[in-house]
Amino acid sequence: MTPLAQLLEAALFASGAPVLLDALAALDPDVTAEQLEEALRELRHRYDEGGHGVELVEVAGGWQILTRAEYTAAIERAQLASRPHRLSAAALETLALIAYRQPITRADIEEIRGVSAGSILRSLLERGLVDVVGKADALGRPLLYGTTPTFLEHFSLRHLGELPRADELAVALRSPATP
Amino acid sequence: MIVLADPGDVRTSRGDNPPWRAPADTTDSLNGASFVVELTHFSGPLDLLLTLLHEEQIDIYDIPIARIAEQFLARIQSLRLDDAAEYLEMAARLLRIKAQMLLPRHDGDESWDDPRAELVRRLLEYQQVREVVDVLDARAELRRSRFAHPPPSVPVRPLAPARLSVALVDLLAAVDRVLRMASGPSVHAVVPRALDVAGAVEAARALLAQRDRLRWKDLVPTGAEPWHVLSVLLALLELARLGECLLRQPIPFGPVEINAAERPSWMAATMIGDAPAPTDERPTVPTPDMETPTVLMPHFDPPHDTAGAAA
Repeated sequence: MTPLAQLLEAALFASGAPVLLDALAALDPDVTAEQLEEALRELRHRYDEGGHGVELVEVAGGWQILTRAEYTAAIERAQLASRPHRLSAAALETLALIAYRQPITRADIEEIRGVSAGSILRSLLERGLVDVVGKADALGRPLLYGTTPTFLEHFSLRHLGELPRADELAVALRSPATP
Repeated sequence: MIVLADPGDVRTSRGDNPPWRAPADTTDSLNGASFVVELTHFSGPLDLLLTLLHEEQIDIYDIPIARIAEQFLARIQSLRLDDAAEYLEMAARLLRIKAQMLLPRHDGDESWDDPRAELVRRLLEYQQVREVVDVLDARAELRRSRFAHPPPSVPVRPLAPARLSVALVDLLAAVDRVLRMASGPSVHAVVPRALDVAGAVEAARALLAQRDRLRWKDLVPTGAEPWHVLSVLLALLELARLGECLLRQPIPFGPVEINAAERPSWMAATMIGDAPAPTDERPTVPTPDMETPTVLMPHFDPPHDTAGAAA
């Protein structure tokens, strides 16, 4: 491996969270963006082809070293690490709405879901999956919610564009057929 | 949590069973025996309604509203959701649409608005949300099944405590000291000694009437008994509280100056040869002015009220 790839490996190992490209570039001021990309490709290839238990993943606008999925069960059995809890259906629905309609007010979320969303929003805020991104111009200046980089990381997304576009969903909105 | 194994209640319309509806542990253990579905985990009335439509394989654009309304009511009763406001609101909405559908209309009436249109729009919107939820859930699973290296916690190395170097002799000597101290328990007999604060107050007043400035030594003779010292101290504090004297200590630990408070000249005149005179002005109540203000406040009438009435 090139020295740059080794440096990147050490930096990514040291950080638990995804490391943004800018932060990786700051490791060595003499490195160009092309060299950085090349070194990341080299590191990823090394992990994929060399028989490694970890892999290099691009997520949330950065890079992260993660264990391979096939070893998760064994690791969990040995109680060395445990997977985070799954989000509830209600939380996922709320997140889906925020991801697609952001910035969105709580009232809009509640209108579409047909249930109150206060406690769910609170817990999503606590987990850092959503954040207040502003205030709407509507009456009472309600808070507007949007997704965070943690949201991207949680759903292994490089960016929001990786979610299916609304018109790609099986149920496209069309005007109701006349009876 | 209600877990039913009745095939009649199973959602068969969706091939993949999302985990929050059929938890992995129960399906694993009962695999092949039957479907196990958590029926309480509807995320809202729209979820329940959409599930009913899927079960009955009903076209979302042509809902037999009377039948669905009936089933919706039956289902929320069996799931004990009928006290949840959101479900009740949906039930009411369905019944209203049902009533609107019963109104007579002419064939080919162009102006007729389908009362179900709004519900259909909401259902479609919600169905999209559910589709996105499936995508999100699959993506979350990708990340959930991989572990990141936890960020290293900053090692905080506490200072190691200095090792004790104690010889046995020192230890025994220390034990001996402690035992000797503890051997003779000293019993102190408390003897009540009455303080004569009132007498000290009188004496101080008499002196203050003659001189404007006193010193501690003027009030307490050398070699005085502790009760005497204490009495004078309390008496001076009491007089200071009543405003009859001012206590000053210009330097820390320096002598205390006892100054007679400034009085109107007419009072000074009446006080000659009449020591206890100031008590007429300020009665010596043990705890004066402690509760009276708060008690009086509610009955306090602002003076400008009458002024306003006069104007």
